[in-house]
Formats: sequence, structure tokens, C-alpha cells
Amino acid sequence: MENQDKHAELRKTLFGSSARVFGWMSALLLILLAIAPTKNFFSEWHGYQQRYAKLIGGRGDATVLRRHFEPGIHQIWNPDLQVVDRCTTCHVALTETTLGEVTEQPFSRHPAMPHKVDQFGCTMCHRGQGPATTVEEAHMSTLAWEEPILPARYMESSCGQCHRGDLQGAPQLNLGRKMLASSGCVHCHTIKRPDGTSFTATDDPPSLSHIADKTTREWVYAWLKDPQAYATTAKMPNFKLSDNDARDISAFLMSNSKSAGLKSAAASLDTAKKVQQDPTLQQKASSLYGESFCASCHAVQNAAGNVVGGNLGPELTRVGTKVKPEWLQAWIRDPGAYDAGTAMPHYRFNDQEIGMLTGFLLAKADNDLLANVHLEPATPEQIANGKHLIDEYGCSSCHEINGVRHQENFGPDLTRIGSKAVAQLPTAPGVQHALPDYVANKLKQPRVFGPSLKMPQYTFTATQSDALVNALLAETERAHAMPAALTTPAIQPSHYEPAGKAGQLMSDLRCFSCHAINGRGGDMAPDLSLEGSSVQRAWLLQFFRNPNTLRPALVRRMPKFNLTDAEIATLTDYILTVYQSPKVDQESIPNTGYSSAEVEQGRQLFYSRYGCQSCHIVDTKKDKGYIGPTLSQAGSRLTAAWVFTWLKDPQGLRPGTAEPNRHMSDTDARALTAFVMSQKGNAKQEVAKK
Amino acid sequence: MKRVFPICAIAVALLGGTACSHTPGPASSAKPTAYGTALVESSGGKQTGGVGAALGQPVVVQVNDDQGNAVPGALVTMRGPTGVAFDPATGLSDSSGQFTTNVALGFSPARYQLTATTTTKASKPVELKIEEIGLGYQQTLGSQLNDQYCARCHNSESTPERVSNYDNLEVKPHPFTDGDTLNKMSDADLTSIISFGGPALNKSPLMPPYGYTLTKAQMQALISYIRTVSDPPYGVPGVVHVEK
Repeated sequence: MENQDKHAELRKTLFGSSARVFGWMSALLLILLAIAPTKNFFSEWHGYQQRYAKLIGGRGDATVLRRHFEPGIHQIWNPDLQVVDRCTTCHVALTETTLGEVTEQPFSRHPAMPHKVDQFGCTMCHRGQGPATTVEEAHMSTLAWEEPILPARYMESSCGQCHRGDLQGAPQLNLGRKMLASSGCVHCHTIKRPDGTSFTATDDPPSLSHIADKTTREWVYAWLKDPQAYATTAKMPNFKLSDNDARDISAFLMSNSKSAGLKSAAASLDTAKKVQQDPTLQQKASSLYGESFCASCHAVQNAAGNVVGGNLGPELTRVGTKVKPEWLQAWIRDPGAYDAGTAMPHYRFNDQEIGMLTGFLLAKADNDLLANVHLEPATPEQIANGKHLIDEYGCSSCHEINGVRHQENFGPDLTRIGSKAVAQLPTAPGVQHALPDYVANKLKQPRVFGPSLKMPQYTFTATQSDALVNALLAETERAHAMPAALTTPAIQPSHYEPAGKAGQLMSDLRCFSCHAINGRGGDMAPDLSLEGSSVQRAWLLQFFRNPNTLRPALVRRMPKFNLTDAEIATLTDYILTVYQSPKVDQESIPNTGYSSAEVEQGRQLFYSRYGCQSCHIVDTKKDKGYIGPTLSQAGSRLTAAWVFTWLKDPQGLRPGTAEPNRHMSDTDARALTAFVMSQKGNAKQEVAKK
Repeated sequence: MKRVFPICAIAVALLGGTACSHTPGPASSAKPTAYGTALVESSGGKQTGGVGAALGQPVVVQVNDDQGNAVPGALVTMRGPTGVAFDPATGLSDSSGQFTTNVALGFSPARYQLTATTTTKASKPVELKIEEIGLGYQQTLGSQLNDQYCARCHNSESTPERVSNYDNLEVKPHPFTDGDTLNKMSDADLTSIISFGGPALNKSPLMPPYGYTLTKAQMQALISYIRTVSDPPYGVPGVVHVEK
């Protein structure tokens, strides 16, 4: 009893009456309740939403914009993509089509893009922290959040997380991925794709097992010191070797080389010597070099300093300083005998021709290159040190070397490089501590991040280096966690191999260096997968004897390989039998026997209704279409079934071809086919008459 | 005021740490050994490139004196709108009076005006404006379609790979940069010509129809590319602001 009184008294002294207690408590509760809305009211995002309301308030389309705008925190949630993005809380007008001219952030409209914001969210492409609701936490890398927003120049890398093959509209990513395979990156670095496959190298660094057959120790030394001094387009990067290191490595390579047992022909070497001394012969040899289309693959620097020619094979500007005459003549005779994996075809040259070309190439020498290279005979210590250096620099990751084991995974694994935490990145003066900057600078100056690094110096252009960074940043954790159903897979490389005698011939002639068939091969020359449906036998036989380009605006590149009649027949039969399209039915329409009325109707359609002459030439005197193939001899070249099927749906036979689908009726297509098939080389006869 | 800092911070982050366009030149770099009175563009203007990406060719400007002779050792500083990055942003002209820089454009598909500045002996600034075009996703797609289907007639320049068909056509196709003509045509007009060919708008019958070849989205991409490269620039009819 007493106790209770005491409590009541205390209560009275503190709060007054019970009613007052109730009042105080209510007030406290209300204040507590008010904290949440107040915090909301003064939050950063609320400020942005108010500014947006003000921005649209004065506009003519305010009513519509206000109807679209809903205050409060917005969130895009997509569990499949692991997206929880609240970016649209501040970036409120991403999809407002009428706000085109507003450039003020965060209110500008998003430029046209392939995906919808509400399906994919923002962080899929831009990265950054989706759930954050303040500017700093969303965009920057803070203690709690690791991933800063991605600079615009590397945006295409995000496409690569799901699109694992070539992607139209992402040229940087495509180039970067191609370069990862072709610049030698994946010889040292493993990059596994989420589907378990790895990037595979598409370049082919030469074997050094027989190097003493090919060149001198002095040249190897000069090359090791600075590959780009020998050829500006050289693919080998500069390892920045000291004079002694280059001396020892060259000593090891030479002493370790085994003879490849190449055959030497005295006749060819004789001719070569004569060519080097006689300018008239050199002229002739130069024509042979041109006729053989060596320049389709090999480049030479001209007097103006421009590198002219293809890039499939090595640049030949100073080749005379590099190779030994005995090796060069054997190489031209049969490249496969020295290097079974080479892309260079086996031309069927005779001794005389080989000598001419050897002499012509040996004359391309630069005496300054080796003028200052004087090497003493190698000591055993130097040779031993050379082997040690070769192990240390990982030379055998790219090159085959006698007695040195191929090094797997010489460089760090780059499988998840796109998600590498900032805390794990090394720093360097003048390089921002962020992943894209680290990768870009690693490509630009690899050894700036530490004194003992081994990565060599490349000579990438700004575009190439951007492309590589894009390709590397695509390899993220998220890409690996993505359900396979949500990705578009990379096209797996084709290992198509033609069979039998023709197959052997095709590999001897290295057809796949330029032509693609069934997904394998180069892109320099036309795809031949359907060639058998398209051409007539007589024409193909003639073409192998004397190749000629079909398009006036294209440079001819197909060499004459001096094939025998038997070889030509084998190839022709194989192509006509195997490379057929199921869409082209040779029985459906005859090659000959069209009435002149049909041909005339086709001519009308060709010149008036369909305007084919804008791209094709039929009458070589009048027509000037330089885009499609010349059709003046199409009747003796193409099959009628091919022409008909092509006219009905060009992209169906060759995806991406420039000729539009005209949605042609069967009657029109038949008449046009009749007209095209009537063109059997009249033009040539007219020329002959003159 | 409170929000200025974070906004600056994003801007810095977006620039990706590469040399910032707002870096005051003279303070940080080498001292000029000579002064010119004029700046001329040598190469690298009017390029198209992906937004944010490095342009294919570097921008080269030359410093000249009153006589038009090249001035080596003059200080050149580059500036550009937000997001544009230069490598390097400032430097001295080389022995032939030229200053070369690699440029990466900002993040919205638009025209970018870059400014090169050098100072005269009397520390008067001399400026040169250079324009570049940034292609977004849609325009990049359009530019690829242009290469594939259109350029061989609509672009009069031949490349070593392919001879242009432009000179062979009697009625000359409009180059896509021909803003004087193309800006007057609506998107609907261009779509008609692409879909149904030249005769749809009484133009050359040698322009074939691509309506069964290209999708609607591809045509839109192509048109947005044409609009971006047109010269003079294509003006979008804007929203009218009204006072209330």
C-alpha cells in the first residue's frame, strides 16, 4: 500500500496527472513516427523528384508527363538476371519520348537501345549498385559497395555477358574478342567461357625447332630486341630484352635447332643469283610475284612508307635480310615441308619460277638492320642462360622449341577478370584505381605495375586497346552465373574437313586460308559451301585453269596454282557433288531452251521493272553496275536453278548479301532467269571481232 | 549546393580517370618554347565513332605563325563537353608544328564540338573548333547496315577493297551527309524510299526496294544514322515551352 503511494507520488512529481502522462507519451510517439517521413522528405532522391516535378511543370506536355510520374522509390526486380535496381527513382524520365532535348541529369531520356529498361534494369549494362538510393553509393565504389559504374567507352562489354558470340551493333566487343584469339593473348592467359569452353588462339606463331635452317643468329638477335624495327606490322610484342639476354636467347635457339632436311635445288639458287644482279630479270620476277597474287596475303612497305598488301602472311619489306636463300627456295617449293600448319598454299612452281621469286624476295634487303649486330660465338654458359630466359619469359607458350616444354597457363587466368575487386588491383602512379583503367593501362604499359612483370609491350592503337578492354570486362561473375537459357551461345569453331583425294588437294592448296566452307575458313574470298549448286561444270574447269574475278569492283586475288588436268577434274567433281544447297533443285528449271519471247520479257523486267542494271552489267558497253557480279557470261557460268532460287530469295542462299529480296512472282523470276541464262559471253565475241 | 559534390564525383568517375577535359593545361605540363598565332586542323575532324569509344584516327592540329609557317614547341590544350576524354589533353607541338591527341567521345549519341586552344606571345588565346560525331547503339547498327547495303552507291569514295558505284549512276544518289536535301524529308518519306524504292517518291528507279529485306527496326536504325551524320545537322522539332 505504502509502496504504491510512493510510486504515485513519484509519478505526480515527474509528469503531473495521469492525463498528462498520456499526453506526453502520445507526443513522443508522434515524433518518433514522424522521423521516417521526414528522413524521406530530406533524402537525396526526393530532392531529385521535386526538381523533376518543377522541370516538367512549365512544359506543354506537363499533363502527360505528370500522369507517367509516380513519386516514391521505384524498383526494377528481375530474379533471373539478379537485378534489383532502384536507379529509376532518380532517373525518372528514361522512357519519356517527348523529353528529347533535356540533357540535364538525371532527367535525360535514354538513347535508343535493344532492351527494355523495365525488363533488364540498369545495372546489367551500366553496372554500379542497383539497390543503393544515394548518388555516391549507386555510382561509385565505396566501402560497402565494390562495383563502380562503367564508363561509356566500355559499355559494350556488358552485352558480352549474355551474348557470347558475335553481336551486331557491338563492333568493339566483336573486335576485342577476335583480337583476344588472334593477338596471342590466349597463348599465355586462359579465358574460360561460362559454357565450359575456352577462347582458342587463331594465330599461328612459327615453330622455332628448325630456325637455323631459316635465318641467322644476328637476325634473331635484332628481332628479339625490337620486332617492329624489322616489320612495322610484326605481331610479336617487344619483350624489352637487354643486349645480353637477347644474345643468350639467340645463342640457345641456334644451338638447339635441328635440321628440317629441306631439299636444295641448285638450278633455283642459280636463277635467284641472276635475278638479284639483273634489273630486267627483276622486272620479270616482279610480274611473277604480282601474277601469283602473293600480295593478297603478304604486305610490303612502299617508298611512301605505306604498308600495302594483305595481312594473312608476314610482311616482306626486309625479308632478304632475314631468310637464307636455301630455305626460301625450299619454302616456296612446298611450304608444308617446313611447317605443316602454315596457311600458305603449295603453288606448283617449276625450278625456274622458284628461282625468280627467291631472287626477287632476297633483293628486298635492309642492310642497316643488322649493321650494328656483332655476336661472338656463343659460350655454353650463354646457351644455358638462354634456356633459362626462355623458361622465364614463357616463349614456349607461343612457339614450339626443341627441348622446351610447352607452357600452359603461363600468365594469370583471366576467366573472371571483369569482376576483379578493386582492392585486388595493383596501383601505379598516374593510373586511376579502377578496373577499366587498370586493364587499359596493362595493355598500354604492361610493366608499369611492378618491376618483375613479364608481360611484353604491344603496339595496339587506341581503338584496338578499347576493344580488348571491352572483351575482357565482359568476363564477369554475373556472366558465369547467368542461366544458359538467357544467353546466346558463341558459335563453336567448325572443324570441317573435306574427304578423300579432293580433301587432300584442298588442304595442300590451303583453300581454307581464304575461303570458308561449312563454317570453317577465312573471309577473304567467297564462301563455297553452296558452290556446287551455283555453277556449271565447264565453267568451273575453266576457272581453275585461269581464275578471273567476277566483280568489276573487286580486286582479283585467286592465284593460279598450275594444277594438272587430273587435279582440276578431282576438285571440280567434288565441289559439284558435295557443296550443294537443298533449296536449289537442278531438275526444276532447264539451263537452256528458252523461247526468244521469254528472253525478251526477261530483258524488259531486268532493265525497267527491277532496274537490275544499277548493280549488274549485262551489256558491257552500256551498263555500268559495279556492285554485283558481271552477268555478261552468266549463262555459261551459273545454273538456271540457282539463278531462279536466288531471285526469289537472295538472303536465303547467302545471308547478308546486298541484293534485296524483291518478293518476285514465279513468272517474273522465270523470265529473268531466261534472260540471264541467254547471256553467254556475247560481249567477249564482240571484243574479239574488233 | 549539397548535391553539387556528388554530381561532380559522378562526372569524374565517368571520365574514367583518363586525362580530364577540364584539366587546366599550362599549370600541369611542359612550358611552351614558342608561340603561334593561328591553329589549323590537320586531320581527325568529322569522324564518326561509338559513344564513349576512342575515335579511329587521332585528332591532329597544327600551330602556325602570321606567315603560315608551322610553329614547334607551342602549347596546345584540348577541351570538350562532359565525358569527352583526350589522351593527352595538353602538350607541345612537335617539330612540324603539330599536336596529336587521341579522343574518346562522351556518352550520348550527338555531335561533339571540341576546342583546341593555344596562346599567342601576348597570352591571347587562339581557338579552333573541331566537330566529331558520336554514334549510339541504334546509329552504330545503322552504320553497319549502311556499309552492307547502301554505301557502295551512296558514298562516292572508293576504298582499296571496293570501287564506288556512285560515278556510274546517271541520277546521283544523295550522300547521307547531304543534310540540305535529306533534312527536308521526313522519317516517313525515308522509310517509303527504303521500303518501296526510288519510284515511291518519284526518285530514281535504280534505287531498289528493301522492304522485304530489312526489318522495320533496321530501317529506323538506318534513318537515325542518316540523321546523325547529316551536314548541316538535322534539327529535331522540339517541345514548345509555355509560360503558365
